[in-house]
Amino acid sequence: MPSLESNKTPSWPKQILAWIEAHPHLVTALFALAPLGFMLRDLAYDWLTANPIQELTFRTGKVGLVLLVGSLACSPLNAISGLRFALKIRRDLGLFGFLYISLHLLIFTALDLGLDVALIVSATSQKLFVLAGMASFALLIPLAITSTKGWQRRLGKRWKPLHKLVYLALPIAALHYVWLVKADIRTPLAYAAIIGLLLLARVPAVRGWMSSLRRRVETGLRGPAAGKQKQNPFPRYPPAKPGDISEKSIL
Amino acid sequence: MRTRLPAIPSSEITAEGVYLSRRKALRLGGAALSAAALAACGVSAPPPTSSAPIGPMLTPAPTPDTREPAAAKATDELGDKLTPYASVTTYNNFYEFSTSKEAVASLSKNFKGWPWQVTVGGLVNKPKTYDIDDLRRKFDQEERIYRLRCVEAWSMVIPWVGFPLSKLLKEVEPNAKAKYVRFESLQDPAQFPGQRDPFYRWPYVEGLRLDEAMNDLTLMVTGLYGKTLPAANGAPLRLAVPWKYGFKSIKSIVKIDLVEEQPTSLWMSAASNEYGFYSNVNPSVSHPRWLQDTERRIGELSRRKSLMFNGYEAQVQDLYKGMDLKRNY
Repeated sequence: MPSLESNKTPSWPKQILAWIEAHPHLVTALFALAPLGFMLRDLAYDWLTANPIQELTFRTGKVGLVLLVGSLACSPLNAISGLRFALKIRRDLGLFGFLYISLHLLIFTALDLGLDVALIVSATSQKLFVLAGMASFALLIPLAITSTKGWQRRLGKRWKPLHKLVYLALPIAALHYVWLVKADIRTPLAYAAIIGLLLLARVPAVRGWMSSLRRRVETGLRGPAAGKQKQNPFPRYPPAKPGDISEKSIL
Repeated sequence: MRTRLPAIPSSEITAEGVYLSRRKALRLGGAALSAAALAACGVSAPPPTSSAPIGPMLTPAPTPDTREPAAAKATDELGDKLTPYASVTTYNNFYEFSTSKEAVASLSKNFKGWPWQVTVGGLVNKPKTYDIDDLRRKFDQEERIYRLRCVEAWSMVIPWVGFPLSKLLKEVEPNAKAKYVRFESLQDPAQFPGQRDPFYRWPYVEGLRLDEAMNDLTLMVTGLYGKTLPAANGAPLRLAVPWKYGFKSIKSIVKIDLVEEQPTSLWMSAASNEYGFYSNVNPSVSHPRWLQDTERRIGELSRRKSLMFNGYEAQVQDLYKGMDLKRNY
């Protein structure tokens, strides 16, 4: 019971976890910007291989994809584990992902193709992977713009369907990856499979099954009595302290 | 483009290891050999002796080649600058080690490129197994500055050291039935971690039509920048076919067979719709992924136009007279 332990100082891993809990945006920013830091360091030290433009293109694309997939994973993660923290960083991950993909496209068009319009057009029309990449990026633009609270309010009920465009943008991004690698498509297929699973987790039946699974696991851990008492499938995390009334306001 | 190495036969040049040990001996025997006397005679280095077992290109692999990279010219015949040694030796497509081009240099550090034998056989009158040292001794080693154009649309200019494949083939005498040359790389998953990946059909196999193989441009490579070939570049023996995409230039060759049927290369078996048998550098034949009409020269910021047959049209176009190069990609 928390009340019994409240006089004790929590152990340091718990303190760190609590700090992370309390600073979701800062923590996400630190993790998301670290790869950019490494890229700048490697650029300064000339550690970006003999083909730095290609290396930067690959790295920004990969980090962007990972962050976007991470953003897509947030709500299923919350559904299956009750981890509210995941919901708090969903937009951050999406926006940082968009930042990297913007850099990715900028490096490709400006550095690699030298902003040569004819070359960009011929690349987009000739290479399926370029077309897919451009399409995926185009779908992400309105999502990045309307990610603010202001736009959320202005769009009202239309905001949610608009942001479901990411369900289209990410499979196309995976296709972009599948089409650009040389013969061995196992890694891109792994990304495609993860994206597929994360989309599957959005099907109402699957979502219901995940929530019930979580409830059953919790019931098993706490005993049937505790399970019966539980009403809210998405409890506040961390659990409310006695006397904290905010739990009520959420319900 | 083509430079003969110094007039002194390579067998006359003292191997570095031997040279160093002689220097040591000289220093030790300094009392007997007065330095002043040597200088008076104009002798700056001990004269080569017939007992010297090997020349510079015959440097045995067990002692690392610490000579400074050097080339006879700073550009190729088109005036394009040589790609720096550091780039040539640290940015390598060598899937036997890794699919990551930057990982190859460190993964190949302990590769055993010596002793090494190459079996030349198939449809020939005189099949023979050559020791790598024999090949270096038997055939004049010359420097050739070639452009290397990777199918991934990047390119380098490399001063290779080696000898024309035609010389080797003439020695084994291909018979009348021989139409193609099939090359095979070493199969050794203990040394080649990439070969533990069953995705590719190891060992690496490549092939040339016999007339392509006999073309004077086709080089058996034993070194680059005047040094023994580094493991990352396909030690101790690789091919350089400069008018074809880089993957045709097979590395770490152990077997060369003259055959009647067109060989199936590793890349043909991995993705035959993308990698054909000929794989000539051809800006007008597009590839699903890479822009083949332009390329990035390693070390340069902007792209440059890719050249038909990688700029070797004059030397090789006769090989493909009347052929549809779009179909025979």
